Amino acid sequence: MNTKAKAKTGSQIKVITGNAAAAIGAKLARPDVVAAYPITPQTEIIEQISKFHANGEMDCELITVEGENSAMNAVMAASLAGGRVFTASSSWGLVFMYDAILATAGARAPVVMVNVNRETPGIIAVSCGQQDMISTRDAGWIFLIAETCQEVLDIVVQAYRLAEDYDIQVPVMVHYDGFYLSYLSEVVDVPLQEDVDKFLSVLKDQPERTKLVPGGRLGCGTHGILGGYLELRHKHMSAMERSKAKFEEIDKEFEAIFGRSHGGQIEKYRMDDADVVLVGSGSMCGTIKAVIDEKRDSGVKVGLLKIRMYRPFPSEVMVEVLKGKKAIGVVDRSLCFGFKGGPMYTELKAFETQLGGSKMISFIDGIANTDITQANVEQMIDTTCDLAAGKDVREVTWVSYPEANEPDSEKPDSEKRGGL
Amino acid sequence: MSEVRFHGRGGQGVVTTSKILANAFARTGRFGASFPMFGFERRGAPVTAFGRFSDKPVREKTQIYNPDIIVVLDPTQRNSEAVFQGLLPDGMMLLNDSDITINVSHENLKKLGIINANKIAMEEIGLSIPNTVIVGAFAKMSGLLEIEPCCDALQDYFSGKKLDANIVCAKRGFEEIKLFDL
Repeated sequence: MNTKAKAKTGSQIKVITGNAAAAIGAKLARPDVVAAYPITPQTEIIEQISKFHANGEMDCELITVEGENSAMNAVMAASLAGGRVFTASSSWGLVFMYDAILATAGARAPVVMVNVNRETPGIIAVSCGQQDMISTRDAGWIFLIAETCQEVLDIVVQAYRLAEDYDIQVPVMVHYDGFYLSYLSEVVDVPLQEDVDKFLSVLKDQPERTKLVPGGRLGCGTHGILGGYLELRHKHMSAMERSKAKFEEIDKEFEAIFGRSHGGQIEKYRMDDADVVLVGSGSMCGTIKAVIDEKRDSGVKVGLLKIRMYRPFPSEVMVEVLKGKKAIGVVDRSLCFGFKGGPMYTELKAFETQLGGSKMISFIDGIANTDITQANVEQMIDTTCDLAAGKDVREVTWVSYPEANEPDSEKPDSEKRGGL
Repeated sequence: MSEVRFHGRGGQGVVTTSKILANAFARTGRFGASFPMFGFERRGAPVTAFGRFSDKPVREKTQIYNPDIIVVLDPTQRNSEAVFQGLLPDGMMLLNDSDITINVSHENLKKLGIINANKIAMEEIGLSIPNTVIVGAFAKMSGLLEIEPCCDALQDYFSGKKLDANIVCAKRGFEEIKLFDL
């Protein structure tokens, strides 16, 4: 983050959690309707918003629904009626609203929501991981990922500019790591309401989006067949593509008002002269930056490419920045069932031929709350340096589970035991 | 950067202790970051929290394995292995205990602070929640903070009579902690 002096005096420095930052970001955007259901590690967002609503700081309709599926249906409907909306969930809650998530995207309802990353149902785990994000990545939403509490607040505010932009009109999900960021208390510069109003006022100057009106004749989220379906899907895909450049513009306008930039689709950290690069996202990036500084002191030319926009996948800017690097290690906090490497690795791999010979490896770490420690990051950097030096390196490394890196790790247990 | 690990139980205000200290550091123009690690929230279960306090922005978002300072709110954990795990040389320990004698030892432990925080909390707020006493005691033992920013930070967590009583708790923690060089 650009930590230059603030552009505006009067903003408040507070020490708050990632969840509180999300709630304040939502409050500053002045939503008309909030509907949500609590779930660890997201609950604090809803507690804070309920408090804001109760003490009159937030003038919105707060719908305390009986479950997440209703939450998403409520905000989708309110959004289609022209309202500004907010909801938040995590893990089990996110997948319980899955059909409504798909419908919201199909209806192009510009919902903004927060998803606090947690492992999904399957193996019960109240723990950090991006698997819930991966489980919804093909729903047609724009996905943004935050690293710090400040970025959580700023990205929630920015998300409204992106979702509700007349030329975009795609729902936006803001992701950040449960536990490691949701409960982290750190210094946050809370912007002035008038500055946020000014930043969002651009939307008021745009043409009014199509909305459902009682008594009006309009099909929203309607079914399409053949050509109609194809037209809607193609328009949706095109809007997703446009959102890349739009997000860059929004970041620049944000910097002009608030005096800080987080980068657009990606953040580059010590990348210009880097030979080897780690690609990561979310809270792990803070630790990676700290380790990179230590490695740089001992002469290792390593940098970080932080993915901030994950859907659409920022392939163009990533290729531009990564082209010609000797070796790239992609760190995933989730799994990509059916592929050996992590999801982000697998996706970046599709652009390998455009990278001018850069070699790539996959690191899987941080799932189920395992800590992406400084030592783990150091190991990842060292392994990526080995790859750059032409050494024989595993394509996929489970950093916190060395057993997975043994030569016979993929054999069935029966074979390891010596037969059934 | 000082790395501090807090050990206690759900309901003692372990997480709030670490938050208030991060807040107090921010009030001196420095930086603080803290977070707890637990699964489901529940009273009585062991809770660990981590605090990083620095002149520069804190970027690390990992747990703390090699603390400079350990803070133990739950006296029953005072000699547990987990508490001393990874303590760096010249380490400090702040212990909430009714027994103000040196009854812990570790090769890296050089400074010990003991405060009967539960007793002070009972006297001032009528509850055995030792966290704000610990905040003041931490400031004194570590030498990293004056008492004023700690008291100012309490405004973000308490109001009215509770605020006044907790300010007294922090001040008494600062004044009444017993320090031992080991």
